[in-house]
Amino acid sequence: MKANCWYGAGDVRVEQVPDPKILNRRDVILKVTSTAICGSDLHLYNGLMPTMKAGDILGHEFMGEVVEVGSEVNNLQVGDRVVTAFPIACGRCLFCRQELFSLCENSNPNAWMAEKMLGHSPSGIFGYSHMLGGFAGGQAEYARVPFADVGTIKIPEGIPDEQVLFLSDIFPTGYMAAENCQIRGGDTIAVWGCGPVGQFAIRSAFLLGAERVFAIDRFSERLRMAEEGGAETIQYEEEGVYDRLMDMTGGRGPDACIDAVGMEAHGPGMLAAYDRMKQAVGLESGRPYALREAIMCCRNGGTVSIIGVYGGFIDKFPIGSVMNRSLTIKTGQAHVQRYMRPLLERIQRGEIDPSTIITHRMRLNEAPEAFAKFNRKEDRCVKIVLKP
Amino acid sequence: MERQDAGRSSTLDEPTVADRHASHPVRSARAGAPSRRDSARGATDHTHEFLARTLGWFSIGLGLAELLAPGRVARMAGLKDDHRLLLGASGLREITMGLGILSERRPAGWMWSRVGGDALDLALLAGALSGSQGNRKRTVAAMLAVAGVAAVDCFASRRLSRMAGWTTDDGAVRVNTSIVIDSSPESLYQFWRDFANLSRFTEHVEAVTIYDRQHSHWVVKGPAGYRVEWNAEITEDEPNRKIGWRTTSYAEIEHQGSVEFTPAPGGRGTMVHVEMDYHVPAGVLGASIATLFGNEPGQQIQSDLRRLKQIIEVGEVLRSDGSLTGKGRLPQRSAQPAEATA
Ligand SMILES: NC(=O)c1ccc[n+]([C@@H]2O[C@H](COP(=O)([O-])OP(=O)(O)OC[C@H]3O[C@@H](n4cnc5c(N)ncnc54)[C@H](O)[C@@H]3O)[C@@H](O)[C@H]2O)c1
Repeated sequence: MKANCWYGAGDVRVEQVPDPKILNRRDVILKVTSTAICGSDLHLYNGLMPTMKAGDILGHEFMGEVVEVGSEVNNLQVGDRVVTAFPIACGRCLFCRQELFSLCENSNPNAWMAEKMLGHSPSGIFGYSHMLGGFAGGQAEYARVPFADVGTIKIPEGIPDEQVLFLSDIFPTGYMAAENCQIRGGDTIAVWGCGPVGQFAIRSAFLLGAERVFAIDRFSERLRMAEEGGAETIQYEEEGVYDRLMDMTGGRGPDACIDAVGMEAHGPGMLAAYDRMKQAVGLESGRPYALREAIMCCRNGGTVSIIGVYGGFIDKFPIGSVMNRSLTIKTGQAHVQRYMRPLLERIQRGEIDPSTIITHRMRLNEAPEAFAKFNRKEDRCVKIVLKP
Repeated sequence: MERQDAGRSSTLDEPTVADRHASHPVRSARAGAPSRRDSARGATDHTHEFLARTLGWFSIGLGLAELLAPGRVARMAGLKDDHRLLLGASGLREITMGLGILSERRPAGWMWSRVGGDALDLALLAGALSGSQGNRKRTVAAMLAVAGVAAVDCFASRRLSRMAGWTTDDGAVRVNTSIVIDSSPESLYQFWRDFANLSRFTEHVEAVTIYDRQHSHWVVKGPAGYRVEWNAEITEDEPNRKIGWRTTSYAEIEHQGSVEFTPAPGGRGTMVHVEMDYHVPAGVLGASIATLFGNEPGQQIQSDLRRLKQIIEVGEVLRSDGSLTGKGRLPQRSAQPAEATA
């Protein structure tokens, strides 16, 4: 089959590789019908994630048709159309039973690597380094899905791929970011980053009862998309984010702040240049520019919801602001399995149309070009869907 | 080989001689004479790994000092106070690299990043020298001190590893590790008491033949198809609570071990606690055994326990493309499907 393989920073290639096989009894094999490139893939593409190996197949947002079923999968049949959750989860361990699926204790065969970096291991993730399992990803013609009875959701006839594909990651991710804000009616929420995750965080914040949402980015097309989602926008290169937010909230600050940027934040000024330089020479593994700002802007006693991905260590973390002002930090890789059913229902009820964020539709063959485009945010690119 | 690694600090590489001789510092020192299988190259790589790991610890130590007491380190190095910020930053880098070196099977890549870092530090010190700021003498002294500290640190990190309980007084390697499994002490005891089950979840035990209720014969596979065998006897057997065993007669790896099962608080399953002491023979086997028990024996047994947990909680060991057997400590394949094997 054809698959998009990682070969190093800035180097992905579509290659011919062997077809996947059933390796465990709760596996299914999917014929992939749609797959997408995630902002998280860019951290791999930019070489910021340790324990990648040449030839690794990328991709953790995918859906398709079941073509083979393992002997212990009782809820799926050949021919079913399913979306796959990006964290791999057994559904039976202590954490899965608490619906903390991205912390599954039984889905990372390389847990020892993650333990060294992180202290404890999270779940395995498709196509996301050996430290997180060494699982082949879904930017391919076929994909193996372990624990498929827990990690997939069947899609009823008549709903097109583009409406449901993002149940695999970014819709649940954005939704969890908003849910973590513990929104009460009338709350104001600020969202750093208007990429796909930020877009879903904005829309989810409204679904969960926020009164006003402020969205921060520098790309006009992304800010426009945020406005279409109901947000008031701040162009961070043109205006001071802190001052604007204080203006908009009577000097109190937003009730909750969402970091939907992660470890590759850009920023104006010295501090951002400093982070960029340090990251380049390995002095810190993330550029937490947006995170610092989110913390400083949040109102006293408010919540900072970190959904952007961080890998290792960051510098100049304003813990004094967090501590003295009684802030709550909530974060995590999305527990996707928890959200797939309720969010599918919201889609079916017409409360949200996830396909509106798609700006580019390309062939799997064009993955290298697509990665370059998304990485540079060229051509007003917000979200790319690949068709095998 | 080393050169290749320099450009690939964040990748995992194919197994090589160096991999097979990767060893824990304590044991590599004891492993002594190279085995018959050792090429001269293999022995050198072996030493390099030892050095690398020592430097990993050195990085963490230096990094902590730079982070926690930048003023002092700056003064000690004859730098002006405005270098504090930079020192704090290099402290962080040191720690990150230390962790990197320690966590890679082949630390060469991270070692190169250390070299890069050292260059930066030297540039910093050299800048202080030429810029006539700070104190020249002190800066030179600092450069010399780095070498001295490294030597002390080699020693200290070995001491540290002793204190962490990796070797006991009589020279045995001690391993202590535990996991919580969602099952009762009774059923876990029964599963373990049938030693034949060990081969299902441990990385190296290939087969256990049960002679009688007390005695069994173990076949353990080592590197490059090498096999080690021994007889074991049960030394302690408290139903549903504890099993102890030790090797009898001549055993190539003399060891004793025990496993205890205690209910976890709040009815959340059972804590399984394994303790093992083993003596590593010098010479031929030393190097092989170093691999048998992994770079860090505790970690390997932890991985074994994790697979036991998978078997009990989900019925089988989970496999991935990178870790096809599910025994993830083995060298990783690329994360793509393997060729069909007939
Ligand atoms: N936690 C999870 O489960 C999860 C899942 C998916 C993605 N993510 C992470 O979410 C983050 C965003 O993903 P995405 O797909 O939207 O990526 P993306 O790269 O498309 O979006 C990031 C956006 O942040 C903006 N940005 C950069 N610096 C900023 C700053 N200082 N202030 C405000 N905005 C800034 C960029 O302009 C860009 O629009 C990534 O870190 C990704 O890894 C997390």
